[in-house]
Amino acid sequence: MSVLTEPGPPPGVGPAPVLTGKSRPGEAVIKVLLVVATTTSVLVTAGILLAVLEPALEFFRRESIGEFLSFDTNKQFSALPLVVGTGLTTVIALSVAIPIGLGAAMYLSEYASKRARKWLKPTVELLAGVPSVVYGFFAVFFVIPVVLRDWLGIPVSAYNSLGAGLVLGVMIIPTIASLSEDALSAVPLALRQGSFAMGANRMQTTLRVVFPAALSGIAAAVVLGMSRAVGETMIVLMAGGSIKSTSADITQGHETMTGVIARTALGESPVESTEYKYLFAVALLLFIITFVMNMISIAIVRRFRQAY
Amino acid sequence: MASHPATFSTGQSPAAAVDALNVADDAQTIGALPDDVVMETVNLNVFYGDFHAVHDVNLSFGKNEITAMIGPSGCGKSTVLRCLNRMNDLVPSARVEGSINYHGQNIYAPKVDPIAVREHIGMVFQKPNPFPKSIYDNIAYGPRVIGMKVDNMDDVVEEALRGAALWDEVKDKLKQSAYGLSGGQQQRLCIARTIATKPDVILMDEPCSALDPIATSKVEDLMLQMRKDYTIIVVTHNMQQAARVSDRTAFFTARPDETTGNRTGLLVEFDRTKDIFANPHDPRTEAYISGRFG
Ligand SMILES: Nc1ncnc2c1ncn2[C@@H]1O[C@H](COP(=O)(O)OP(=O)(O)OP(=O)(O)O)[C@@H](O)[C@H]1O
Ligand SMILES: [Mg+2]
Repeated sequence: MSVLTEPGPPPGVGPAPVLTGKSRPGEAVIKVLLVVATTTSVLVTAGILLAVLEPALEFFRRESIGEFLSFDTNKQFSALPLVVGTGLTTVIALSVAIPIGLGAAMYLSEYASKRARKWLKPTVELLAGVPSVVYGFFAVFFVIPVVLRDWLGIPVSAYNSLGAGLVLGVMIIPTIASLSEDALSAVPLALRQGSFAMGANRMQTTLRVVFPAALSGIAAAVVLGMSRAVGETMIVLMAGGSIKSTSADITQGHETMTGVIARTALGESPVESTEYKYLFAVALLLFIITFVMNMISIAIVRRFRQAY
Repeated sequence: MASHPATFSTGQSPAAAVDALNVADDAQTIGALPDDVVMETVNLNVFYGDFHAVHDVNLSFGKNEITAMIGPSGCGKSTVLRCLNRMNDLVPSARVEGSINYHGQNIYAPKVDPIAVREHIGMVFQKPNPFPKSIYDNIAYGPRVIGMKVDNMDDVVEEALRGAALWDEVKDKLKQSAYGLSGGQQQRLCIARTIATKPDVILMDEPCSALDPIATSKVEDLMLQMRKDYTIIVVTHNMQQAARVSDRTAFFTARPDETTGNRTGLLVEFDRTKDIFANPHDPRTEAYISGRFG
């Protein structure tokens, strides 16, 4: 009998280790759950888009694109004045929130002592949890009448883009500050040490080494803040005015995209009316603008990225 | 300088060597000191919070010499090195006692600006840490931040890269990211970046520990070449490296505290490298360099 055909380990070595696969049923269940979670979020997004698309297309069957894409505030279904309104409040919000948010992030990440940071960061993040209706109130009853009119003596009307934009800016400061701080403090310590060892001071190290290294995270924070500003409804609805306007005068009110959507949805317009379909067309426009903004920011980040 | 006795030995016989390894003692052997001293530490003690990391270190660093600091892990070599350009200021819990005199001025004196100190005393780290910028901007960074008067930055960059023996390898890709370079090239870039500001002293903390033997020998050649212009202080775990490149060697060890068990670093022996390697006075030095301890 041939020994060579005998399977099994050579004598004196012991049983061969088992290398065949074990069945792990738990693993399979978890994987299915995770796939379901992922597909749900994708499907819900797609579903929303479809639900918006259908009435929006119906709107364009009834009204011309030319009317929709016109700056004429007298036309009932023009949308570009709304884009102007949203653009103004967003720009005002960003011009408040970017410097303050990034300044706070730099202080927290690069200057604050460990102890100060342990208290300050959660406090800043707490602000992000304040409901926007509270900010709306704050705009209508404090910022516009007291701060703008009484303290600064600016002759603003009761509802105006300046007040709405400033409060919108305050609202997105925590988003920008907190996410930027995460990006800054993720920059390896070795880069700061390298900079200090060259004789750089803290400001130079922060602005020329840490900040550029964290730029993609900071850009993401700013874009998220901007998206929140563009999509925010309550503040502009309460404080921003409801008259379509293409004027650059921020002391006056400007109707915004989200404002018109909320007002129409709350109003009496019957479901089949063109007013109601108009709401979806504006929503689609809002969606496209946000989408394009995100694409541009991704491209900018790619271009200026300094990976470490 | 004058604060050191020229030679001071405890006169322990090598026969007592092996026992002495376990006996905590303060014996210190200080051999020949450099004539032209650029920097010296005087009774340097370093603490991290309550932890006494380094005890009473007295060292002098000679102009245009390479001084190596060797010793087992945790004995405080990096700690001492970081004190020499006040990089330890970045560790909030670190506290320094004693003085470090640089051209006769105590760099820990109250009115001294650590940023000014670092302009003169540069540092190269264990892991290459180029900035996430182009090769060119990595070199130009130092001259820019310290406001160096520069006629033509291109020339400064070229000179620094030539000084670090890197020019030929990178001259066609100066605008590319420094992260595209190999580890050894990155480390030489960090050396180039350091010499771009024309410091006086260069501190190196295990500059070759992340590099392969070929890259290591390039950096060692570079150090020998740089010695004519700079005073170099290098921490290394590689005994052959210390023997190959340094003029003087300081051997440190760590001694556990009887009550707390904390290991405090101290200087055991400081002498010309050739003397330390050929004829170590202290049995602990001998044991370490012969590989029996540490
Ligand atoms: N930032 C710090 N905070 C607290 N303790 C520290 C710090 N840095 C170093 N130490 C402690 O100081 C002692 C000396 O450390 P150091 O890094 O100087 O040793 P080393 O000789 O460089 O060691 P190695 O050869 O491993 O690099 C160690 O006990 C270490 O734990
Ligand atoms: Mg070390």
